[in-house]
Amino acid sequence: MSDKGQELIDLIVAMDTPGAVDLVTRMLDEGTDPFKILALCRSAMDIVGQKFEEGEFFVPELILSGDTLEQISALVKPLLTDTGGGPARAKHGKVLIGTVSGDLHDIGKNIVTFMMDVNGFEVKDLGVDVPQSKFVETIREFKPDVVGLSGFLTLAYDSMKSTIDAISDAGLRDQVKVMIGGGQVDDTILKFTRADAFGLNAMEAVRLCRDWMGVTEA
Amino acid sequence: MTDTNNKAAYDERLKRLEDNVALKETDRVPFIYFSTFWAARLQGLTFAQMMYDVDKYIGVSKQAIAMLQPDAFSSLLFAFGPTLGGLNYRPMKWPGGGEVGDMATFQYLDQEFMTADEYDDYIFDPTGFYLHKYLPRLAGAYETLGQLPDFAAFAEWDLIASAAGFGNPAFQAGMKRLFEVGDKTAYTMGQILNYGNEMMAAGYPMIVGGFCKAPYDLFSDFLRGSKGAMMDMFRNKGRLIEAMAKARVLLMRHVKPTTELLNSKFVFIPLHWGLDGFMSPAQFKTFYWPELRKVIIGLIDMGLTPCVLWEGNCTSRLETIVDVPAGKCVYWFESTDMFKAKEVLGGTVCIRGNVPTSILITGTPDDTDAYCKKLIQVVGKGGGFMLDGSIGIPDEAKVENVMAMAQSVRKYAN
Repeated sequence: MSDKGQELIDLIVAMDTPGAVDLVTRMLDEGTDPFKILALCRSAMDIVGQKFEEGEFFVPELILSGDTLEQISALVKPLLTDTGGGPARAKHGKVLIGTVSGDLHDIGKNIVTFMMDVNGFEVKDLGVDVPQSKFVETIREFKPDVVGLSGFLTLAYDSMKSTIDAISDAGLRDQVKVMIGGGQVDDTILKFTRADAFGLNAMEAVRLCRDWMGVTEA
Repeated sequence: MTDTNNKAAYDERLKRLEDNVALKETDRVPFIYFSTFWAARLQGLTFAQMMYDVDKYIGVSKQAIAMLQPDAFSSLLFAFGPTLGGLNYRPMKWPGGGEVGDMATFQYLDQEFMTADEYDDYIFDPTGFYLHKYLPRLAGAYETLGQLPDFAAFAEWDLIASAAGFGNPAFQAGMKRLFEVGDKTAYTMGQILNYGNEMMAAGYPMIVGGFCKAPYDLFSDFLRGSKGAMMDMFRNKGRLIEAMAKARVLLMRHVKPTTELLNSKFVFIPLHWGLDGFMSPAQFKTFYWPELRKVIIGLIDMGLTPCVLWEGNCTSRLETIVDVPAGKCVYWFESTDMFKAKEVLGGTVCIRGNVPTSILITGTPDDTDAYCKKLIQVVGKGGGFMLDGSIGIPDEAKVENVMAMAQSVRKYAN
């Protein structure tokens, strides 16, 4: 890897947004392939994800590095052509995620989505206040391996349960694993909703998906 | 019951609370009744009805208190539907407001109301920033406040002439709208105040006499948004710290008069962003805890009792947050390890909580009783404990489970 490539990775991981953006501007001026810059960003985000997993980084680092990436993408994307880039990185499997009906909270869900993406899963995020029927419909179309139901409010207990019931009624329950997550979720709610597992943070969600899809690499 | 009996009951319950705050063993563990809309189910009301009809809300809350016989109650009633609608309050969606169901609780939307480059404005003149920028962004009806003259900019005849602004028909129409909202809100507040006084006269101490925030949460929840505040920890560190110090003084200024009006020295401080996992231990010690600790100690110095609700799991923070004066405040935990909390904080802070919402909503009275028994016997041992739900009584809790919880303090010795 070039010195500048390593420097870019280091700047992103060091949370130096202005430094990273400046360097990308210079690299583009010097004619660096924009796809190469995106690949470097992906390597940096792998390190950020790893440090989050190891408890060295926390949510603020995820948010900040995500913002750095957005700023770099804004510079790079107008320069992308269809010809570059080489093959896309293979994905481990598909995850469908959303905040259940009645609940508008999305911070936890967004962190899980981000970490899933960084860890090589193809994620479809349905947003917040997602009706039961929308989950069912999207499972048919998207064919996910795992469905993640998020909720922060206590009203989410019933919504999670009714979403899982709707998936069962549609005859799709055997085709997906269902994980639930959110501040109020625990073992009692796991039994109540009849999900397959629950997680208290983004890394637990990643670990569950890895286990279910037989992914051994980190 | 006679007034004398009620007074005796009030004194007995208040002493039970105060002794636990002071970490003394009492005849039994106190049980706190704190809820949002749970009581609605006692009369089959919707949450929308509770938001829009303070008198119904009060009626059903009194029924809950008579049924549960708690050692303290919260007079925080959320009957502000007419106020929120009248203000066109943007970051909130509430039952009856048309955007969430009638049986869904209110939800605050996390968003940015102050940009990163406005810290200097806030720090220089917080009141001016609120009137001219923040409040007009927050609520449609507050846009009128943005038209107020910038009084501090005027002197001599300029100051006198600035009164012309009050003659502006658009300003007058806007103020008329605010007066109408004011009338509705004053009615709601008056009824809530009467309710609090009536319940105290009936023998029940009030557990929320005042309200305060952790300064970081003020910026994260209401000004910068959670994402903005997190990025400020890296990009605007000095300004964030300076602004929080300023906000702390303003936040605390409001507390004492409220506690005197409500006649309760317990101050509710719900926390949102300091929990495990959200920020690192180093970030917690830099941005969150120092200002919060100053709030806690400042309130204690005013003779008040801070009741800090540590939402989420804060087990990794225990060794840090033990650093407060002993026997002066209450830490209410949601999903923090209560037994570890007792071990670390037991000699310093009264612990409150934490019957899980999951048990209260989906469990049985036996499940509830078993959980309460363990809390009472382990965390309650030797005093310094108050039994409450993990975040009060959740809206969807089964009545029989809440009854089991209320009765447990009378069944089991600590």
